[in-house]
Amino acid sequence: MTDPTRCPQDGSTFLAPDGLRRRSLLAYALSAPVASVAAGFAANLALTGDAQALPLTPPDTVDYYDLGDAVLQTSLPTMPLVRLSVATDGRVKLELPRMESGQGFDTAAAMMVAEELAVAPAQVDVTLSDARPELVFNQLTGGSTNVRVFDAALPVMAAALRLRLIAAAAQQWGVGTAGLVARAGMVVDTLGRTLSYGSLTALAAALPIPAGVLPKPAAQNTVVGTRQGRIDARAIVTGQKKFTLDLAVSGARPTMVRRPPTVMGTVVSIRNQAAVQAMPGVLAVVALPAGGNITPTPPGVAVMAETFGQAWTAVNALDVVWGKGTIDGESNATIHAKLKASVLPFAVPPLGALTVEGEFEMAPLSHAPMEVDCAIADVRRNAAGAIVGCEIWAGLQSPIITQQDMAATLGLPVSAVKVHVISSGGSFGRRLFWDPVQQAVQVSKLTGRPAKLLYHRADDMRHGRGRPQQYHRARATLLLGQVTAFEHRIASPRLDTRHGFGELLTAAAASAPATVQQSLGNLAVEEALFKTMVSAPYNFGVATRTLQPAPIAMNTGSYRSVHIQPTRMVEEIMVDEMAARLGQDALAFRLANLRQDRAKAVLQAVATAAGWGKVMPKGFGQGIAVHQETRSYVAVCVEVDGRAQVAGTGPAVVTRATIAIDVGKPVNLSGIEAQLEGALAESISIVLMAGLHVQNGLPLEGSFSQYRYGRNKHYPKDVKVIILPNKGDPIGGLGEVGMAACSGAIANAWARATGLKPRKFPLYFPVDFTPFPPGRLPDPVVNPIPV
Amino acid sequence: MPAQNFTVNGKPVSVDAPDDMATLWVLRDKLGITGPKYGCGINVCKACTCHVNGKAATMCSIPVAAVRGQSITTIEGLADTAVAAGKAVDGLHIVQKVWLDMDVAQCGFCQPGQIMAAADLLRRTRTPTDADIDAIENVCRCGTYGRVRAAIKAAAALMP
Repeated sequence: MTDPTRCPQDGSTFLAPDGLRRRSLLAYALSAPVASVAAGFAANLALTGDAQALPLTPPDTVDYYDLGDAVLQTSLPTMPLVRLSVATDGRVKLELPRMESGQGFDTAAAMMVAEELAVAPAQVDVTLSDARPELVFNQLTGGSTNVRVFDAALPVMAAALRLRLIAAAAQQWGVGTAGLVARAGMVVDTLGRTLSYGSLTALAAALPIPAGVLPKPAAQNTVVGTRQGRIDARAIVTGQKKFTLDLAVSGARPTMVRRPPTVMGTVVSIRNQAAVQAMPGVLAVVALPAGGNITPTPPGVAVMAETFGQAWTAVNALDVVWGKGTIDGESNATIHAKLKASVLPFAVPPLGALTVEGEFEMAPLSHAPMEVDCAIADVRRNAAGAIVGCEIWAGLQSPIITQQDMAATLGLPVSAVKVHVISSGGSFGRRLFWDPVQQAVQVSKLTGRPAKLLYHRADDMRHGRGRPQQYHRARATLLLGQVTAFEHRIASPRLDTRHGFGELLTAAAASAPATVQQSLGNLAVEEALFKTMVSAPYNFGVATRTLQPAPIAMNTGSYRSVHIQPTRMVEEIMVDEMAARLGQDALAFRLANLRQDRAKAVLQAVATAAGWGKVMPKGFGQGIAVHQETRSYVAVCVEVDGRAQVAGTGPAVVTRATIAIDVGKPVNLSGIEAQLEGALAESISIVLMAGLHVQNGLPLEGSFSQYRYGRNKHYPKDVKVIILPNKGDPIGGLGEVGMAACSGAIANAWARATGLKPRKFPLYFPVDFTPFPPGRLPDPVVNPIPV
Repeated sequence: MPAQNFTVNGKPVSVDAPDDMATLWVLRDKLGITGPKYGCGINVCKACTCHVNGKAATMCSIPVAAVRGQSITTIEGLADTAVAAGKAVDGLHIVQKVWLDMDVAQCGFCQPGQIMAAADLLRRTRTPTDADIDAIENVCRCGTYGRVRAAIKAAAALMP
């Protein structure tokens, strides 16, 4: 305990009194994390008195308290309200107050429950909760916190359920509970008698909830820590899985929107409303009213029709007079100039010091989930025409605030707005906001019919929320062969944080009026998110990292790993350049400067498995990177083909990837691998070739043929994922964790392969397509049937 | 509106729809067959891939008049084609079975299109090469490409 860099997550045992480990403590007292964090913070502060000779970077906020801790802390008080039950047919029902969008949390949750209830995961039916305002902060999906948070609650809840079923069986048999065990959905006694859960559930429900329940020790786990397929895999491969617009909502009619030629342009008038209204299949043409309580309702003219095909045709026939948008005349170049001018200068380096510096640009990104922005809304009226209720179906990461917002919009009590959370076709942060719901509600209100609203892909990329572009400047100061300072300045158009995480993080409301784009609340929340998410694993002396949000009113939203991917990628690029300046190997330099043993372990695992340092042919390069995020550690080594005939005419190609991860406590091996494989594919895309060119206030890209998200041919044929075994460390997050190290490794491999410094992302970024004209949707393509 | 007569998943259907309406909307909005997904509408993302007379095609880019008298198979009907051919495994087409066993899907939205494209490739060749798989351009935003490739190869090896 003399190492001042030792962090709470690496020394969980000392957080808990009386020799209890952290997990056990949580099992006993659900409010423990607050006390644990305070204890950890004090302990570390005291320990910093033992500073050694080397200039050590003071621990980050994240070392003591991160977003996951905040979500845990605010979720636990309402965990008893989460619905976990056993039906009379013996099936286990879990209603999750989170959104599933492919990240596999529903499967991991089913595994946790199956483990403690001694049933097969297939016997657990997981559904997503409707918005439940009584859950307060316990229904927000984001920050790779789901598994971390529910690991602290679900096993205990399921174990308590098991004990009640056993107690019910004991009562039925008139015996004590000693010797009774739960096995394969039944309670079994020492004589071999059995009672099924289904037959016991009514009796068990009347029994008291036991106190002091402990989940199984990890060593006895037979489900958690194994490889399980997704619980909805069969529904997916047979086409039965229902996404929002697949739902058969009675009377709901297809609706599409003509959107402005520039971002957030306003509707002035519709010149041919009657003519479009008379087109085949068209049911209604309505302008979306300006306004919104928390975030502005996206502007446009909506067309409701019998089919989406007819709505699309009618949308293109509309002749609308548009007013100015919020970024008219802006482009990537003008925004870059503003960002660059806004960052604070570096400190003056000491005499005799070497510096390694870099300026970096990241293009804006579209979340571009396969399922475009969409929602169904049904605003209901009574016989007198007064609005009395509303029902909503959508993929929503923030359903409670959506419900509150729509209740306020319609002048209804919250209880009159029913919000169904639908498993979505990807999200990556996009569905933290509910813009499609706002529009569908307005259309339903104005037309008197339920509306199923769909963004065209072109609009999803151009007018949907995305990650705003970024400018980074970083400088390392090297003195006598050591890093004595690392300064990092980041500027970006302000990131909209009015999704509810603000209320969670601070008592201050971030929901400023829609007209106040750059509210103090938003700034505070954005900085708080930055502070509680981004952390560097190195000892680089005096390290400063500042984020400067710029008041540019674009459609922004958190993107997978938010500020972490660009910030840590830049750091990993700088680390390579610092090592080179000092004449050291990139791996050895990292190992010498990492401040966390678990980070060193994943790095060594990946270097060994990938054959770090092997001779590469000319034009090829290896790249390595390491990262810590949400209590998980990950390292990546990739090989890149950057030969002129490849990287000169198109993006460089990643030919091989090796990834090692330490999540503390692995739950689903297949799910962990899947999230890392996905992070690799996403990193290949956004580092090498995918980005948005904003020009005259609108992105040029409007299709996957223009926004170059990777395909089969871009994904390496040799990918290995190493999952470090459970050594008793606290569970870490997963969904976003792979982004930073994959991105850093790819950039570093590209640098070695090409001999160039990676500075502007994506690295291959020409406008090699004819953009769709602003405002109008592309016409459908017509092909013959295959012969 | 003209009546459009064709076969979907082995059943004859008759739908009133304009000749130029994309078959995707006829399937989804008029027939309630929702396995084929909308992802772009312009034959880029391939999420609406189905089979016309057994061959892969994107339903967003084929007007309904072009499928009059033809036979369409959507993801919902793929298993039945294997059952009819006596080649079903566990009630599924071999591609679906391998997809299930190898846990290919993440969010699942693009997967009907991916599976229909893979089944079409395996109809064309029993020994798909990496180049053949690279030529499949279906977008998967979750990044399941590694498992898609492995599953296609596994399915090829298991093809009855």
